Parts: sequence; C-alpha cells; structure tokens
Amino acid sequence: MTTYSAPLDDIKFLLNNVLEMPSISKLPGFEDATPDMVDAILNEAARFYGEVLAPTNKLADSQGSRLDGDRVVTAPALDGIYKQIVNAGWPGLTGSRDFGGQGLPMLLSVAVDEMSQSANMAFSLCPMLTKGVVTALNIYGSSDQKKMYLSNLISGAWSGTMNLTEPQAGSDLSAVKTKATLNGDHYLLSGQKIYITWGDHDFTDNIIHLVLARTPGAPEGVKGISLFIVPKFLINDNGEAGERNDVRCVGIEHKLGIHASPTCTLSFGEKDGAIGYLIGDENQGLVYMFAMMNEARLAVGLQGISVSERAYQQAVYFAKERVQGSTPDNKNTTIIHHPDVRRMLMTMRALIESGRALTYSAFMHEDYMHKSDNKERKTYHQRRIDLLTPLVKGWCTENSVEITSLGLQIHGGMGFIEETGAAQHMRDARILPIYEGTNGIQALDLVGRKLSRDKGKAAIELLEDLSLIVRDSRVAKLEVLANSLEASLAACKEAITILLTEGKQDWTIPCASAFNVMMLMGGTAAGAMLAKSAIVASNLNDKSSGNAIFNKNKILTAIFYAEQVMPRNTAYLEAIRAGSKSIMALDVKYF
Amino acid sequence: MKVLVAIKRAVDYNVKVRPNSDGSGVDLNNLKMSINPFCEIAVEEAVRLKEKGAVTEIIVVSLGPQKAQEQVRAALAMGADRGILIKIEETIEIEPLAIAKCLKIVCDEEKPDLVLMGKQSIDGDNNQTGQMLAALARYPQGTFASEVVIDNGSVFVTREIDGGLQTIKLALPAIVTTDLRLNVPRYASLPNIMKAKQKPIREITAEELGVDITSRVSIVSVSAPVGRPEGVKVGSVDELLDKLKNEAKVI
Repeated sequence: MTTYSAPLDDIKFLLNNVLEMPSISKLPGFEDATPDMVDAILNEAARFYGEVLAPTNKLADSQGSRLDGDRVVTAPALDGIYKQIVNAGWPGLTGSRDFGGQGLPMLLSVAVDEMSQSANMAFSLCPMLTKGVVTALNIYGSSDQKKMYLSNLISGAWSGTMNLTEPQAGSDLSAVKTKATLNGDHYLLSGQKIYITWGDHDFTDNIIHLVLARTPGAPEGVKGISLFIVPKFLINDNGEAGERNDVRCVGIEHKLGIHASPTCTLSFGEKDGAIGYLIGDENQGLVYMFAMMNEARLAVGLQGISVSERAYQQAVYFAKERVQGSTPDNKNTTIIHHPDVRRMLMTMRALIESGRALTYSAFMHEDYMHKSDNKERKTYHQRRIDLLTPLVKGWCTENSVEITSLGLQIHGGMGFIEETGAAQHMRDARILPIYEGTNGIQALDLVGRKLSRDKGKAAIELLEDLSLIVRDSRVAKLEVLANSLEASLAACKEAITILLTEGKQDWTIPCASAFNVMMLMGGTAAGAMLAKSAIVASNLNDKSSGNAIFNKNKILTAIFYAEQVMPRNTAYLEAIRAGSKSIMALDVKYF
Repeated sequence: MKVLVAIKRAVDYNVKVRPNSDGSGVDLNNLKMSINPFCEIAVEEAVRLKEKGAVTEIIVVSLGPQKAQEQVRAALAMGADRGILIKIEETIEIEPLAIAKCLKIVCDEEKPDLVLMGKQSIDGDNNQTGQMLAALARYPQGTFASEVVIDNGSVFVTREIDGGLQTIKLALPAIVTTDLRLNVPRYASLPNIMKAKQKPIREITAEELGVDITSRVSIVSVSAPVGRPEGVKVGSVDELLDKLKNEAKVI
C-alpha cells in the first residue's frame, strides 16, 4: 500500500483554527485567499498530488536517474509529470503577480508543498529549489535579471539550482575555489561543483544555476565569495533559451535515498568558461545565498514532516491489515491492537502533528513579516523566523529519521524488504538532517547566531509567548498539557542561562550542548503548538462546533505528547547541565 | 451553442460511508463531498466540446444546500462559464422527479442546445433524472454515452449497451447522460481555480421555481451489509457435496 491521501482535516484545522489564515487573508495583496478559495485550492491540490504524483514515488525510486553522455535521463515513471504540474499552475502559487505568479500567502503554499513532498520527495526537490532561486532573484536580482528569468522560473517553465558545495568546501564555504573573471558585461566561470540537486534533467527548456565563485583578488574566506547566475542555455534576444553555455553534468551520485533526484557534479568552463552574470555586488554572495538558504531550510524541515506523514499512513494501513498474535480480548488480532505498536503509531502521529504546527507557524511569520508596514512588528516576525528556522530544520528532520524508522519497524521483517515500500521513506528521510546545513550546523546557528548574539532576547520572547499556552491549557482544564509544557519551558530557560554564562568560560560548552539545546527547544516549541491545537479543539467541542471526533483525537494526541514525548525535554536539559566535559574528555589519539 | 450541465453534490467516492445510529440514512457529517463522478465527466465533456469550438457557453446547474456552491465553483474551475444553484434545505432528500422538474424550468429559461448530465449519482443510484427531464422537456435522449459528437444541428451519441456499442443520432436540443468511459476529467489548474471565483453563480430556491420537492418515498431503514461469516475448510469432496446439498441446499 503506497498510496497517499493528504491529511486535509489536520491541515485545514491548523490553517483556520490554530494559525491565522483568516487574518493573513486580510493583509494587503492576500485578498484572494478567502476561506472558500483556500478550501478549493487545498482540495484540488490534494487530489492532484495524491492521484498524479504520489503513485510515481516507489517506481521512480527503483528506476532512479542515469547519465547519458552529459545528459541526465530522469526516471521513466516521471514522464510527463513535471509538465502536468506546470500546466496546472502549482509552481506559481506564491510567485509575484508582476511575473505571472498568483501572489498567495506562504501559509497556504506550505500546505500545498507538504502534499507535493509527501507525494514524491525526490521529485519535489526540483520545484523546491526553483522557488529558492526565485526568492534570491526577487530580493537581490537587478530589474533586468528579474525580467529575464523570473516569469519562467515562477511558472516552472525553467528550473533553478543552488551551487555551493565543492569537494573541499562543504559546511565550510570559505574554501570555495570556483573562479569568475570579468569579461565585458559578464563573467567567465570555471570550476567544479558537487551535490547539485536536479543539476541537470530533461523536464525544462532551461536550468538557471546560482553559483558561488571567487573573483580574482577577492578577500580570503567567506568575505570573498560572489553569486552568479549561470543559465544552462544562454538567453537569446527573444528571452528564450538559446545557445548552450559551457556548463556540463559530468557525473551523478549513487545515493542511499532520493534516487529519483539526480545529484549532479557540474563542471563549469571546461572549454572557454561558463558565462555568468553577477548578482548584486562582488563579495556579497554568501549574504545573497542565505536568502535562498534560509527559506530552503524551512522547506527541508517541511520535507521532514512530509516524508513522515507518508510513512505514517503506510504504517497505519499495515497495522490494521496485518494479523499477528493475540490480546486478552482477541484471538488472532491485527497488530494495531498491540500496545507497543500503538506506542509507535502514536509517537509518529504526535511528532508529525506537532512538527506540522511548528513548521506552518514559521511560514505564517513569513507572511506577516513580508506584509507588515510597522517596523517593530516586522522585526518581531523576522526575529521569530530566524529563531524558528534551525528548530524547524533540525528538530523536524531529526524526527523524520525516527518516524520513518518506526514506520519500518511496524512492518517487522517485511519493512526491511524493499518491495514493501516502508524502507524507501527511511532511506529518503536520511538526507534531511544532512543537506541545507547539517543538523550540527543548525544547532551551532541556534546557539551562536540566534541565542548568543542577542543574549537570549529572542528566545526568551518566544518562551514568554509560549507560556500563554500554559495558562490557556489550565483554563481549558487540560492540566497535563499545562504541567508538561511548564516544565519544558523552565528547562529551556535554564539551558539558555547555562549557555550564556558557562559558555563564556569554556567555548566547548555551547558547541557540545548545541544539538541538545536545539532538540530541547524544538520539542518544547512544537509541543506548545500541539497543546495550542488541543486547546482550540477543546473550545470548539465545548461550543459543539467543528468535527467532534477530530477535535477529541487532537486532544488525545496532545496528551500523548505531553506524557510520552515531553519528558525527552527534561532529559536533554540533564545532558546540557552536564556540560562538555565527558564529551571532550577522551583524548583524540585514543579514538 | 449553449450547453447546460447538471451536477450533484455527493459524498466523495473514496469515502467509506456508514449508516447513522438510528438507521434513518447515511451519516454524512464531516465527510468529504465532491461532484458526483458521472457529473464530473459531463462537465469535462462540455469543456472539451468548448475547446473544440463546438460550444460557446457552458452553464452548470446544481440542486443542493448552500454548500453545493463548492461543487458549482469546482465545475467553474474546470472551465464552465457560469453557475446556477437551486437551493434546498440540507435535510431534504430530494428525488429524481423533483430534480427533473426544477431542471425543466431552467431549460425553459436558458434554452440550451444540449443538456449533459451524469447517468446516475453514486449516492441515490437511481439513474432516472436524465430520462425524466427528457420526458418533461420533450427533448430526445441519449443515455450511457461513451462518445459525443456534435454535427450540424444534431448530436451523435455512442451508447454502452449490453450487446456492445450503439450509435444514435439526436436532433438538438437533446439530453445526453454520460457513462464512465466517456472521458477522464481534468484537474482544475490553480489559475482557473482563482478565476472561478469571479464567475457568476445565480442562486434561487426550489420554492421560487414553484416546484414541490416534498419527498414521495419514505425510507424504512438503512443498514450496513451483513459481514461475511467465517468460512470452514472441508475435508473431502464428499463432505463438500453433503454440505452443499443438506446445509446450503443449493444442489
């Protein structure tokens, strides 16, 4: 059973009742996002991605892509799919109306993107990266560059890629070596980039690469990196893809997962130099790339939710079908009646629903941030996005590995067999804690940039906002939620204090605790969002409004989270309290 | 040429329905509702005829509660031009004859050249409305269509009948009811979903049309089919024959 049906009930409840879709649709420019319109879009997206894209997932994984000369041939199962998606207009959902997009809120697109990523994660990386290129060009591109590229990128007629990594420059981009030399109105690039997702394929007429490179005499390190647009085909006078540029795919990787996504080695300038166009100013490349990367990090967190949801649906189906063993009341029962299977399913469910609420909330702040004309509110939302980004990316993707592994575990031996399809989700999920900045990097980003720089101000602000949920839980008579959240919030506060005080004396303490702090804060913030969902559900049931069964199940899931997942948070605090000593004690030479 | 497409809001075909606790009907609370699949095929056919240039305007009409507006909008997003919603109370179980009478009035007003509708709905499974409307409006009818070709004032309808395929020629205006193999409905594109919001939907009530929609049928009870009892393994052919003869009494 490898079908997928979008969790529309949860998504609609989240958008309309827990998060603030009704207020978002009142922001200038979002007037089209009325409740009936949002509903119609979600319904059709669910149908489209569930019926058209989802059935390709397993077959495309087993077929993979291959290299034919310097041309990537994509999995035959994907034939025609990309065109259908472009024709249906889905890539243009948030794109600027000036360039043919629909200009709809991110809070809506996050839901549609979740469906796309659940349907086929390896495939959906292609539109996801294109969207990132659109974001970077939107902010930093010149008006000519926007005119030349944005319409085709927003519609999906062309795709986009992100070229950062080189063999010696992974997490540390200061080591980038690709060269760019000024040559009239453009630059000539030469060098090799690796791990370029969807770096080449046969879906579109053109591929627009954004490439990090160094100009001659640029300062050392990250301060000497510039960002260039390198189209696969140069744009002719009619604005169409013309002559072939000097960039070629010279290899694709054999990977653990996301087989349908060609991971390319791109060689720039093997002949005369690849023609590239500078974005903004020289040496500002990393700043520009971060515009794309921050959004991509949230998108990767969303991928964690998406692949987990797919694994969950498959596990539920199996657990209801598979007859094995007995319970005191039932001979030869389906395995869903076994408490340990229930533990696994509930863990999956609670982590997904809480993570979905956390991730969607970050995208809601994006909408507010973009549309707010009040400077104070704008910076508030930006602060919140900055803080939530490593939590969404780090926490949701760490969990995706656990959740997809549980999904496989529920299948028992059959899960280990590829034909069952449960293993694919685990293989696919495994890249998520790695790409777009490993979770170690996310954790350092959290404790370094996001916690230390402002002395914990933004984090305390978040904790204070979340403490209102403790109060509301008590009002709604959901004591167990209130108590567990209160304890977790206190743990977060203590962890921040430890970092800010002891971190000053010993640099290894924040670095060694960073991961635990990220998991503690992610688990607390997501747990708070699930508690908030439960409060809303409880209030709706008190008013006999909404779907009573859904609401009740939401409360039960939140109680499970409070009792079975929240205790992890206090354990993280224990580890943080212990500091870095035992982590660093064993001498390097004895490893 | 003007086409009228009648559609019905019905429970989504993917949903497993259950009788409600008092056995008075099917529990539709919080279930996903969609355009009845055969009606969706009718909308798709109208849009294809328009794309071929055979049709200039598509009007979609539905009878149902206010919420049926969602289905009318969905048809507009597929490519229909405007909608008519004939509102009825959600609690009323409307029957084919009442629907046909309402549609007859719409036909009188709109004077379509062709009426396309699903051969039946997947909830009532009556397969009557199209035929009844044909009688009331005195239009020729082509039911169970698997191919529809408009040609010079008439329509050729290929019908799926027990013996194979039968093609008939009807003078327009005519009624065509659609079968499963006529086409595969499209997914609405995002820009068309957005555009559908601007398309007009006229709302009227059945009372305003002067149609008595009171139910003529009373439902005695609705119950789920009895589950299949556990089977037994027989030891020999003789035992099987014995059971068939004496227990099942089928031979």
